[in-house]
Amino acid sequence: MLHNDVNDAKQETGLKKDIVVNVNKQPVQSKDKERPIKLTVTNLDFWYGQLQALKDINLRIEKNRVTALIGPSGCGKSTFLRTLNRMNDTIPGTRVDGTILLDDMNIYKDVSDVSVIRTRIGMVFQKSNPFPKSIFENVAYGLKVNGIRDKRLISDAVEDTLKKAYLWEEVKDKLDRSAFALSGGQQQRLCIARALAVRPEVLLMDEPASALDPISTAKIEDLVAELKENYTIVIVTHNMQQAARVSDHTAFFYEGILVESGVTKEIFTKPTKKRTEDYITGRFG
Amino acid sequence: MTRPFENEIDRLRKKILHLTAMVEESLQSAVQSVIDRDNTFADDVIVNDQKIDQYEVEVEEECLKILTLHQPVAADLRYVVGVLKINNDLERIGDLAVNIVKRNQQVSKQSVANVPFDLPEMLKKTLRMVGDAADALVDRDVAKAIEVCKTDNEVDELHKSAYTEIQKCLADDKGLIDFYLSLLSVSRNLERIADHATNIAEDVIYMVDGEIVRHQGG
Repeated sequence: MLHNDVNDAKQETGLKKDIVVNVNKQPVQSKDKERPIKLTVTNLDFWYGQLQALKDINLRIEKNRVTALIGPSGCGKSTFLRTLNRMNDTIPGTRVDGTILLDDMNIYKDVSDVSVIRTRIGMVFQKSNPFPKSIFENVAYGLKVNGIRDKRLISDAVEDTLKKAYLWEEVKDKLDRSAFALSGGQQQRLCIARALAVRPEVLLMDEPASALDPISTAKIEDLVAELKENYTIVIVTHNMQQAARVSDHTAFFYEGILVESGVTKEIFTKPTKKRTEDYITGRFG
Repeated sequence: MTRPFENEIDRLRKKILHLTAMVEESLQSAVQSVIDRDNTFADDVIVNDQKIDQYEVEVEEECLKILTLHQPVAADLRYVVGVLKINNDLERIGDLAVNIVKRNQQVSKQSVANVPFDLPEMLKKTLRMVGDAADALVDRDVAKAIEVCKTDNEVDELHKSAYTEIQKCLADDKGLIDFYLSLLSVSRNLERIADHATNIAEDVIYMVDGEIVRHQGG
């Protein structure tokens, strides 16, 4: 809506010269379950001009887990997702308050160059948005703009990343073809590969399978399950079954408020808040 | 406007209540037969059990249809899963009622022989447990369901006492072995019915509160 697809795509790859080396900082420990926390959101408010879209959000996102954000349209879940890698920065008139820690780095205070964040926190969008380039170039793009020139290194990284995105077998013989020649599902996996190429630690996914057929959707969901071994994933979805299937944790947003968050199994069998129950059972309004 | 899903749940609710009524009727007849030492209603119970079996299949199909087509979550999911389990317990109670009337054939032959344990109390408690479990299901009444679970211990005790007393009688009076063994079987079937009523009550608690309360007695 507020970005064109190519701009989104460029931002997700982190347009800077040096690949950011991931610092192995000690993960913050969750007090109650002793699981490492990757992102800690505290008292987060967000405004589009006068309109407050997020109100006092507090959420801890565990490392190497899938966290699903659910809620009706306009509830703030996509806005929240975009605050996690400062994608909202480019929208005029927006304002953010509160803190978001990536490990122990405050992404709004400690970082002046947002591409540093976007390299560590990649993003995949609802509509697949490959560059008008070849399949190979789409994946190699992030590496090249990050200063890597070694063709062998790039070639190996492209193959490795396409394998991670479960796409290699389908495209290995046509890497020089246009990305637009791929099916919708393949294009989306290509975009995931492109996001993975710069080795992010966190992957944000904004309804990544909403425009795909069931088979392509299943592939994306399998991929998410596979990727959480190495990445922390936050996924926005309107599909309740998908949230239930792919995520470990679920957060329910309504009118800019985080109503309830918890273990997915609990949210979908025994939610504690009536609004959550009404939403997931389709009795809203 | 009622959503199709709510219509399905409503239909399922009516079906499980109908099955509950059928099973209660069967059990009532079986209990009355034992109290009266009269097996006139035995055939009714057996025929009714065949209807219960058919109905159980229908309820299960209805549950599977809802799970497949609507993929319910939260309270809806707990309701359908609860009904699926309660359905099975009700069908088993129907079978055990048949066992009781079959055993009562031997019992009713002895019109004057003394029953060495409190059978009327056991019949009354078991029947009430099933009735209360059914009411708890209808009214989503957790308090009543908890009461049913508690009463199960009392029925267990009555069955233990029946076992002890019958053991003594078997040693003393060898002429009535069939009578006593049949009585013991009636007692065991009642004890099992009480267990199924308890299962139903526990499933009602799960439906309403989402808490699994089974096996908490250790």
